[in-house]
Amino acid sequence: MSEAAISGSGSTLADDWSADKQAYHVPWGKAMMWIFLVSDTFIFTCFLTSYLHVRLSTTEPWPVQSEIFALSFGGDPIPLILIAIMTFILITSSGTMALAVNFGYQRNKIKTFWFMVATAALGASFVGMQAFEWSKLIEEGVRPWTNPFGATQFGSVFFMITGFHGLHVTAGVIYLLTVAFKVKNGHYDKKGYEIVEIAGLYWHFVDLVWVFIFAFFYLL
Amino acid sequence: MAYVPLADQDSEMEMHHPHSWVSKYVWSQDHKVIAIQYGGIAIAVGVVALILSLLMRMQLGFPETFDLIDPSSYYQSVTMHGMIMVVYMLTALLLGGFGNYLIPLMCGARDMVFPFLNMLSVWVYALSVVILMASFFVDGGPTGAGWTLYPPQVSMAGTPGHDMGIILMLVSLAVFIVAFTMGGLNYVTTILQYRCRGLTMMRLPLTVWGIFIATILGLFAFPALLVSAVMMLFDMLLGTSFFMPAVIEAGTPLDYNGGSPILFQHLFWFFGHPEVYIVALPAFGLVSDVLSTHARKNIFGYRMMVWAIIAIGGLSFIVWAHHMYVSGMNPYFGFFFATTTLIIAVPTALKVYNWVLTLWEGDIRLNAPMYFAIGFIFTFIHGGLTGLFLGNVVIDLPLSDTYFVVAHFHMVMGVSPVLVIFAALYHWYPKVTGRMFHEGLAKTHFWCTFLGTYLIYLPMHYLGFLGVPRRYYAMGTTDFIPASAQDLNVVITYAALFVGASQLLFFINIFWSLRNGKKSGPNPWGSASLEWQTPDTPPKHGNWGDELPTVYRWPYDYSVPGAHQDFIPQNVPESDEPTADEQHFDPDHDASKADT
Repeated sequence: MSEAAISGSGSTLADDWSADKQAYHVPWGKAMMWIFLVSDTFIFTCFLTSYLHVRLSTTEPWPVQSEIFALSFGGDPIPLILIAIMTFILITSSGTMALAVNFGYQRNKIKTFWFMVATAALGASFVGMQAFEWSKLIEEGVRPWTNPFGATQFGSVFFMITGFHGLHVTAGVIYLLTVAFKVKNGHYDKKGYEIVEIAGLYWHFVDLVWVFIFAFFYLL
Repeated sequence: MAYVPLADQDSEMEMHHPHSWVSKYVWSQDHKVIAIQYGGIAIAVGVVALILSLLMRMQLGFPETFDLIDPSSYYQSVTMHGMIMVVYMLTALLLGGFGNYLIPLMCGARDMVFPFLNMLSVWVYALSVVILMASFFVDGGPTGAGWTLYPPQVSMAGTPGHDMGIILMLVSLAVFIVAFTMGGLNYVTTILQYRCRGLTMMRLPLTVWGIFIATILGLFAFPALLVSAVMMLFDMLLGTSFFMPAVIEAGTPLDYNGGSPILFQHLFWFFGHPEVYIVALPAFGLVSDVLSTHARKNIFGYRMMVWAIIAIGGLSFIVWAHHMYVSGMNPYFGFFFATTTLIIAVPTALKVYNWVLTLWEGDIRLNAPMYFAIGFIFTFIHGGLTGLFLGNVVIDLPLSDTYFVVAHFHMVMGVSPVLVIFAALYHWYPKVTGRMFHEGLAKTHFWCTFLGTYLIYLPMHYLGFLGVPRRYYAMGTTDFIPASAQDLNVVITYAALFVGASQLLFFINIFWSLRNGKKSGPNPWGSASLEWQTPDTPPKHGNWGDELPTVYRWPYDYSVPGAHQDFIPQNVPESDEPTADEQHFDPDHDASKADT
């Protein structure tokens, strides 16, 4: 029977694609999530490319990010300190997510649940810090249509790209919590725990996108 | 742990069985009903766009005769006609309509992988159409910036629909993209992961290949349109300056500075060019299957056809700036994009040769679908050749923004896909309804449409060479355009009205035949591919009765020497009949493993 061909280990890409029934040994949801994420990558790529383009086309000087995104805790301002903490938190949440996926496949419902909740909590704190960062810039007079520190496009791009990413994180937090509570209630005992990994794929993607935003928008 | 493919877990497939009229025909999760909903909305909105084009033709043919249309409403008609036809009609009909109907049947699946998402897709699409149509009824009417929506013109006070019209257009496009994404994820996942036993990728009909690659193009290209729509909405609603440079409008400086209109053009055409192939590739696939079936011959060079589709799909992402030769971008870019554009002609020409060679010495049955399919080969060669002219920078510069361009793209991505759509609608009509259409009426419809469109578009090439600019409300008098050009315009208008009216034949035919057509039986064309082998015609919910089919051969076993009939259905075992399929994949013995 062809099951041997399909679940056989060490099969190559060409074998997978020349098989019947399916091209990848993964559930439908996982295949669909991968395709969605590639499509979403194009959205963020377009956003970041557009940002680089308007940064070149604008006639006014681009603000110095290390000064704008600096916070002072009583002493001298530390450049990019908030962004550094946010990045650290988001990357940590990828770690807890990976643990949740691992415990999911071990069918350890309680640990899976708590690691997913921890991931969601880290994600929520990321969004909270982003809200703090937004309100700080808004207090200083930065708006999508105006920017006291230089090119107006800085404000436009900042709110658009971080806002779009923030929406992704918020959606991810809701998604993770939904799946976490379903895990806890034993909803996936029969269906299997691939759903945890699928949610994890999305979460890692959101983290990875942040790394690019961090590199291109805050560091460059 | 061993993972059992879901296609094998037949009992696990949770079917949503309808319980009432509403859940069967309105909130239906059956891919066949969804396909008809998609197709119905797309055709209805296409008729709106057709009427808009006839209004434009009446103005051009008989200027200063009709009060119905003024310069503003002319531009609005141009814009809405273009956008509706390209996005809301062709894309939705080919992918949402034919994709939904044919993918599960041709893959031997019971439905799409996520039927609920599929249902959402069609209703979100309907919402996007409602938003688009709403723009006809708001203050200032729909946007009149041309379907390319170039800033800064799109939001300047002189452009009709520069306030609510364009906002509704952008919102509608964003909603459409959401709908397309939900459907597209379903199509790709179904084709990759939900084929029946024995059905390898290289045994899929070319229709499925065309829709598969086109959907992938859509999933990668629509993001650029979404991003440009979002950024333009911000420019208009929040006052950002992504696309808007410093502009002075009627003596007043506007509150914009430093934006880049060229950025919009790049984003738009990064979507816009693959969009051409999102429409063309499903049409290529559908016409391949129609030609092969009615020529009673296997498609010539199946593997080459598949790889040509993939190559065209890949290349379509690196040719976009050939729409921007006159935008003032770096000339070296023009050189690069002219080269890639001409390279794309190679796989496209391969496909045309293969269609012609499929007909060569075939036992051709001149049924109505075959008329349309052969007509497509003519119009496509015609439109493709003018594409070579426009792909070259030096020839494009004088021809840009003339009627030559209008003639080119209407031949290649207007008339050609529409002929294929008619071919496919007639070809699969018996499967969808269980009845035959009226053959004579369909052939009359073909001749009216085919000859009529040549009467419309051939003179337009000449007008373009004369230098008649497109998108002009009226030609007026110039030094370089002879007065006789207006005579051609009159002829074109008569032809357009005739072609427009002759489409009634199609609607009369399909509605009359619903009740009065002869019973078609399960497989009236003697087609080998899987969708004609369903136990019921039209197929019931779940498509395949109790057991999923098993596929033993490719879908093109026509006129195989030694066979009992001139076609062998895909689900007939190799032990019963010989095959012309070179793949030799036996699901029971898995010979492909042994070969490699």
